[in-house]
Amino acid sequence: MRGAPRLLPFDWRGLVLPVGFLLAIELIATMSTIERDAFAAPSAVLAAAARTLSSGVTLKAAGETVITAGAGLLLGLVIGLLVGIPLGLFRRADLLMMVPLESLRPVPPVALIPLSLLIFGFGYRMEIAVVAFAVVGPIFLFTRSAIRGIDPQLMEVSHALGLGFLAQVTKIVLPAILPRIFVAFRIALGIALVVAVTVEITANPLGLGYRMTIAQQSLQPDLMFALLLWIGLLGWSLNALLVRAEARLFGAAA
Amino acid sequence: MPGQLRTHPWQPRPVAEARAAADPVIAASGVSLDLGGTAVLSDIDLAVARGEVVCIVGASGCGKTSLLRLLAGLLRPTAGEVSYQGNPVRRPRSDIAFVFQDYGKALLPWRNAAQNVSLALEAIGVPKPARAKRIEELLVKVGLAGHAAKLPRELSGGMQQRLQIARCLAQEPSVLLMDEPFGALDAMTRQALQDETLAIAAASHASIVFVTHDLDEAIYLGDRVLGLAGSPGRISETVPVHLPRPRDQLTTRENPEFVRLRRALHDFIGTVERDRRAQ
Repeated sequence: MRGAPRLLPFDWRGLVLPVGFLLAIELIATMSTIERDAFAAPSAVLAAAARTLSSGVTLKAAGETVITAGAGLLLGLVIGLLVGIPLGLFRRADLLMMVPLESLRPVPPVALIPLSLLIFGFGYRMEIAVVAFAVVGPIFLFTRSAIRGIDPQLMEVSHALGLGFLAQVTKIVLPAILPRIFVAFRIALGIALVVAVTVEITANPLGLGYRMTIAQQSLQPDLMFALLLWIGLLGWSLNALLVRAEARLFGAAA
Repeated sequence: MPGQLRTHPWQPRPVAEARAAADPVIAASGVSLDLGGTAVLSDIDLAVARGEVVCIVGASGCGKTSLLRLLAGLLRPTAGEVSYQGNPVRRPRSDIAFVFQDYGKALLPWRNAAQNVSLALEAIGVPKPARAKRIEELLVKVGLAGHAAKLPRELSGGMQQRLQIARCLAQEPSVLLMDEPFGALDAMTRQALQDETLAIAAASHASIVFVTHDLDEAIYLGDRVLGLAGSPGRISETVPVHLPRPRDQLTTRENPEFVRLRRALHDFIGTVERDRRAQ
């Protein structure tokens, strides 16, 4: 078998347990007659998933979630870099900003949902704000430590060549930290999705999280599970996309 | 003035020495350096003439590299002044190029050979259309013509150091400061690079301040060898090298004068070492 092209990227035996589990659930669901609000047969979930896909609900809701999570992620990335780069480069700025930043960072981002709702009302902006707040912290920390990790020799080279501050940042600092920023971006993407869906479930009438809450409140477990499936697939495929991009961009350099 | 600019490395040395005192390209006068409360260098006087090769030898930790950084403007002296053509050096300038010892860390690993050379041109503001031709010329000059698209890690150690030298030459410097540039290379590569460095310096009339702890290398390259010793470091020995140029790896090293200088410098280093142990 070795060397032959394979259909699966893993051994088929890895599927035994998950598929067996789904079959067992299906069997229980078809045989039992009890009332169930938190439980749906896998076949019913699949049917509901297909229904939401064909009706366009999935795409529309996923689009809303991706747009808000993405916008919040980009906003947080820009702010995190703008704060992290000077603080990584200048020890004095770091001392000055240490207390304010370290006191803000432990605040759970979702605790800002009520405040953000007061400021922006329902809609994209309040969700973007909360997501951005959630990702600024990790991006900033990664950026700062990545800059601290740049070989001092490289900074001395840029001094010796007489590069100005802006050229030093764009030609030396940013390329040097790029691989680590990309890792930070990948971690931040996971955070952004978690926070976006949380905001949608708790407050904001947008996206997959909101549709899932509606399904739950109208006692449609099959629809709820179907949306959960889509959320999972969304997170999985976005992460897979970034892993691929990372391997292509930095595979050779790493 | 134009007549003076023609000082050539294989002129009789006393001429260059006399000129160094009168009209140095780069000079340190009464320079001392404290780093973090420790005196590193004390009362250094040094004047380098145009086209002159000055080698600095000394035990590790005596401040050789610090002296080079002071000359480059990468460090500011605690006392005294470094001047370039009579003007104080307060920050790095494009007339003064610095060749770092650790070529592996001095090159940008994400830029290929041509792009690494380009960095120096970008720093001095050469417009983009003019860069490609100059990069090509520089790579040809250091023998890396066919390697423009290679990343530093795809080049051997000697080639990486050649690349760093090409990047320094891109600044068209009048002074090359070289910090043990060939210390990590094998003997054959090192000799080749010594000769290339001398040829490049002769062709461009650049002065070189060359730090090494290889005495043979110092004598082979230099018009003058300075011995740095003590803590804080001082120039405690000046040895003029009156060997004919162009120099040759075989005949120069067999010259009785070479052998004599080598013995003198060995004795100097030996004395310094004995004094240090006695303390």
